Amino acid sequence: MSRPGDVTGAGARRAGGEAVREGVRQLGPIVAALLVGAIILAILGRNPLAFYSDLFRAGLVSSNGWQAMLTRLAPLLLISMGYIVAFRAGLWNIGGDGQFLLAAAFVAGLSPAVMGALPRAGGLIVLGLVGFVVGGAWTLLSSYLRAWFGVNEIITTVMMSFIGINLANLLIKGPWRSAETTVPQTDPVPLKELLPHLGGTTIHVGIVLAAAAVIVVWYVLDHTSAGIRLTVLGANPRAALHAGLKVRRLIMTTFFFSGAFIGLAAAVEILGVWGYMRADWNPKFGLALFALVFLARLRPGAIVPLAAFYAILEIGGHEAARKASLDYDFVIFLIGLILLFMAVSLYFRLPAEQRAGHLKRVGARLHSRRAP
Amino acid sequence: MSELLSATFLSALISGAILAGMPLLFASLGETLGEQSGVLGIGQEGYMLIGAYAGFNGALYGHSPWVGLLCGVVGGLAIASLVAFMSVRRGLDQIVVGIAVILVAEGLTSVLHAVQFGASYPRLQEMRSLPIPLLSKIPVVGGAVLSQPLIFWVGIALVFVIRWILRSTWWGLSIRAAGEKPEALDAAGVDVTNTRTWAVLFSGALAGLGGAYLSVVAAGIFVPYMTNGLGFIAIVVAMLARGRTGWVFGGAFIFGLCLSLATALQVVGIDIPTDVVYMLPFLAVMAALIVFARRAYLPAALCRPYRRGER
Amino acid sequence: MNMGLPAVELRGITKTFPGVVANSDVDLALHWGEVHCLLGENGAGKSTLMQILAGMCRADSGTVTIDGVLVDVSAPRMALSLGIGMVYQHPTLVPTFTVLENLILGPKAGLRLDRKKAVVALRALSERLRLEVDPEAITGKLTLGRQQQVEIIKTLWSGSRVLILDEPTAMLTPHEVTRLQALLVSLKNQGLAVVFITHKLREAIAVGDRITVLRRGKVAGRLDPMELRAVASGELQGRIVTMMFGDDAGSWAGSAASRQEQRPSRPPRALPDDVVLRLDSASVKPGRQEVGVNEVSFAVRTGEIFGIAGVDGNGQRELAEAIAGQRRLEEGRLTLSDTDITHTDVGYRQRLGLRFVTDDRLGEGMVSSLSVSLNLLLKRIGERPYWGRTGRFFPATASRTAEKLIDEFDIRTPTAETHGGALSGGNVQKMVLARELSFQPKVVVYNKPTQGLDAKTTVAIRRRIRRLASEDGVAAVLVSNDLEELLDLCDRIGVMSGGRLVGIVDNRGLGVEERVGALMADSSGEEW
Repeated sequence: MSRPGDVTGAGARRAGGEAVREGVRQLGPIVAALLVGAIILAILGRNPLAFYSDLFRAGLVSSNGWQAMLTRLAPLLLISMGYIVAFRAGLWNIGGDGQFLLAAAFVAGLSPAVMGALPRAGGLIVLGLVGFVVGGAWTLLSSYLRAWFGVNEIITTVMMSFIGINLANLLIKGPWRSAETTVPQTDPVPLKELLPHLGGTTIHVGIVLAAAAVIVVWYVLDHTSAGIRLTVLGANPRAALHAGLKVRRLIMTTFFFSGAFIGLAAAVEILGVWGYMRADWNPKFGLALFALVFLARLRPGAIVPLAAFYAILEIGGHEAARKASLDYDFVIFLIGLILLFMAVSLYFRLPAEQRAGHLKRVGARLHSRRAP
Repeated sequence: MSELLSATFLSALISGAILAGMPLLFASLGETLGEQSGVLGIGQEGYMLIGAYAGFNGALYGHSPWVGLLCGVVGGLAIASLVAFMSVRRGLDQIVVGIAVILVAEGLTSVLHAVQFGASYPRLQEMRSLPIPLLSKIPVVGGAVLSQPLIFWVGIALVFVIRWILRSTWWGLSIRAAGEKPEALDAAGVDVTNTRTWAVLFSGALAGLGGAYLSVVAAGIFVPYMTNGLGFIAIVVAMLARGRTGWVFGGAFIFGLCLSLATALQVVGIDIPTDVVYMLPFLAVMAALIVFARRAYLPAALCRPYRRGER
Repeated sequence: MNMGLPAVELRGITKTFPGVVANSDVDLALHWGEVHCLLGENGAGKSTLMQILAGMCRADSGTVTIDGVLVDVSAPRMALSLGIGMVYQHPTLVPTFTVLENLILGPKAGLRLDRKKAVVALRALSERLRLEVDPEAITGKLTLGRQQQVEIIKTLWSGSRVLILDEPTAMLTPHEVTRLQALLVSLKNQGLAVVFITHKLREAIAVGDRITVLRRGKVAGRLDPMELRAVASGELQGRIVTMMFGDDAGSWAGSAASRQEQRPSRPPRALPDDVVLRLDSASVKPGRQEVGVNEVSFAVRTGEIFGIAGVDGNGQRELAEAIAGQRRLEEGRLTLSDTDITHTDVGYRQRLGLRFVTDDRLGEGMVSSLSVSLNLLLKRIGERPYWGRTGRFFPATASRTAEKLIDEFDIRTPTAETHGGALSGGNVQKMVLARELSFQPKVVVYNKPTQGLDAKTTVAIRRRIRRLASEDGVAAVLVSNDLEELLDLCDRIGVMSGGRLVGIVDNRGLGVEERVGALMADSSGEEW
């Protein structure tokens, strides 16, 4: 990146240095957190080096590892898109768990019938749509109350989430309960009849769908009129009204798509990994992804490496913990540490004036006494 | 159906409600203070868990439930001070820090528990109840409500204490100003950050107490992840109550009631699926919101934007 | 009259912000028992100077002495403890608190709130000031004039001896202004040193014992008490005008300082008869703390500028927003050139040529995180040629239009892609105007378009409004609380009071101002 006339190459060297510094800034917090984790591991009498090497081998390096990681990545990316779409518009969809599990229940419950009646591709598309629609539909009550009556959507989506989780369990224990097992679950459909894998790997095509979703969301948010409308709504709801945006419609559509992406993630997970759904199952993707989405500053591109890293931790973490005869809980603790350090590092990267609440609006404050 | 009105059932229901609702009451009261000062306590779940774990250990090794409860308070206070420093004083992203705290708490307490006790789950002695003379002989209510351990009465007292703090003390006034219009508080010469810090610390202490109650008094054991979403419910209860401690009490009691309904029904042999029962409090809240929203009783205060740590 | 040691002395105060010198080597002396007017047009550096005194910001260099003692006013808290209190244009009171609670709010004074003692103290204070204050009133529900009184009482409550008022009459009714002036006399007699910041020349002369004029961050002139008493009003104004505007005295003719002697009598314009905007019996439901609109009817012809006068809070904002489409008409009809647009939305009206220049330029008027070019196209999202049929955005096309507008409207911005939040207030207003006045406007609703802007920009905007009307036939509804502006620009002036249109005055001949003033005077209606 040397500028014309840069005889000594100083510009290129500076740019190189800048890249190194940027890399340090990104990786720094992670390394710091892993160091603290290593200390704890040592206190617990485990070998930190062995643990981490197991983790990264199982999560990334080994042939099983990176395939499992990419498989895990698919629903994570879709859920992230669901969050990003809503949060960009300033809408707090906290009901991800309920939307996910309810959609999963519908997909799992209906899959024997659908796959029996339709050819494979058609059946998968229908089931994908089921997940999409159920996830989206579950947001409608919350978004209606918010759009028409201004009711706080944090409360309503959380409420609907709990209701959705329990409803999903009821469905699995009730109408869709498999007669063949003692533990309540839906009738399984063999995985080889469901989502196909990418040539020769164990990665199902869900990852392609997820990648497509990321590209679509990025494009829509940054390059289309729909995306601008969302951004305006999130940045300044009063300006949205002033600008003539149909705010109520925007709220409901945005919420719908947010839930729909999450429902799609559920469909992908059921159709790609399980083939059935057990009652009282809750993979709880939601929480850490939430934080990661904010760390990514709500940008679709930025969430991809973060989600991938999270997937590595999850997949590799299970294996490494098992080998170190620790519970997976240790990995959860580690993830929390990483988030903490990342928050700190993000703070130090802001210029001094902006070192205030992340959600503070950039720009002139409403009652700024600016006239000098 | 007459079983529903039997003394056994009601007694079981109410005692169960108290056991389930008290942790929620403590945490919601704490969260109320935090929210009134303008800080959303996303890490409540984490405060409660740390409090539960610290409390359990304190009661176990200190051979006294009160030591346990105290440890719970200290534990909650400790972790909340971390959040107070990072989010309130330094303005780190509240959401990320809050979630990080929850994950750290969940992971840490689970791992430590496994390391300490392996696969066993040591039980604590039940906390001594204090039957109120004479009154505790009243059927149903006497047994359930009026023979509770002292900590129960502490909780009830706290409802009034917090109310008094918010309405009639200088500190409460500053807290409310910090939440309503921090610029006014600043102009009045009071440090907004300090005010919010104290509120967060207090809320952490109370949440820790709630967690300790859960492990020491209600369950008598510590199970990893035992708070099971209670922290989030506390946030919602505090949001709905908007500073009115009476509502906090009502909300905690209703949730407690629903949570205990499942077991109480089993006691009398009625078999409603637990999933339905667990849904009830949330359905009730949604129904209330729908009814009141349509009549526009609820002012826009429910979607009042929270000043997240900004001045 | 006070001849003693100055109460407060500011010496050599200099303060720069990025790109602008707010104060340059300013000296100022305040005396006990005096009202000192700090006069200058918008942007002259008055507020900054006082904010430095009040501890809201720090000077780059210079000193502050109180009663001869050098002090360092590092924070508002410091200022309070030194006895300096400032009252801003926008109240810094907690709206949901009672008056008493707002007064008690402050640094710790014991655990319990002693309301009874506070009530007694309040009564004593309000008697001294000859004010009536209800301690249990909810602050947010009071009129702005009342809230300002509470703020003044609060500064005294905290023990302030120096009181700084920043443009206090900006939001007041004429009645309230009179009461404020009486209050100032009380305060003066209590021995306080009062600073009165204003850009209104007449006000300064009426109220001030001493005047200091600032221009472009420097002291442009001073008038001491003797001079103010001795010199005749007309000559005083002349001297002050020269201080305020120097060589730009020509801009005075268009600014708020202009008065009877200079205002040219406007020949009545021959207007075409076609009505372009008609409001029939329009009513708008009031929101919280609003008055709403009650059966307002009027018609605006092509090229006509129809003014809406009245004190803030009488329904003008609701009316403007209703015409723009941001609020629903409960009753009545709105017609644009024979098209009934009563039930149409903002976008539809925009496309028909009905535009709205909001007074809330920083709030709803722009999105500070978006670029200037997107802000200019904010009401055109999704339209060709900037957006394609599938919604795809064409940034190059947008930039081109943006640059044209930036040029035409003289918007000072580094690039078209700079985010809106970086612009100064005046340039934000130009941006809002550029957005609303481009693409063939037919009728424009202006809500206080020149409020808070410096004289040069104000003149430019007024000139543009007039030119659009006379040359391009663009009709205007001009809502303003600046009577000068209305008299200068409008063909007819309607007066709003309590949500109703209480009268329409032709801006022709003599006595227009008196007639409008009379109609406005009925619009106080408070519980004083």
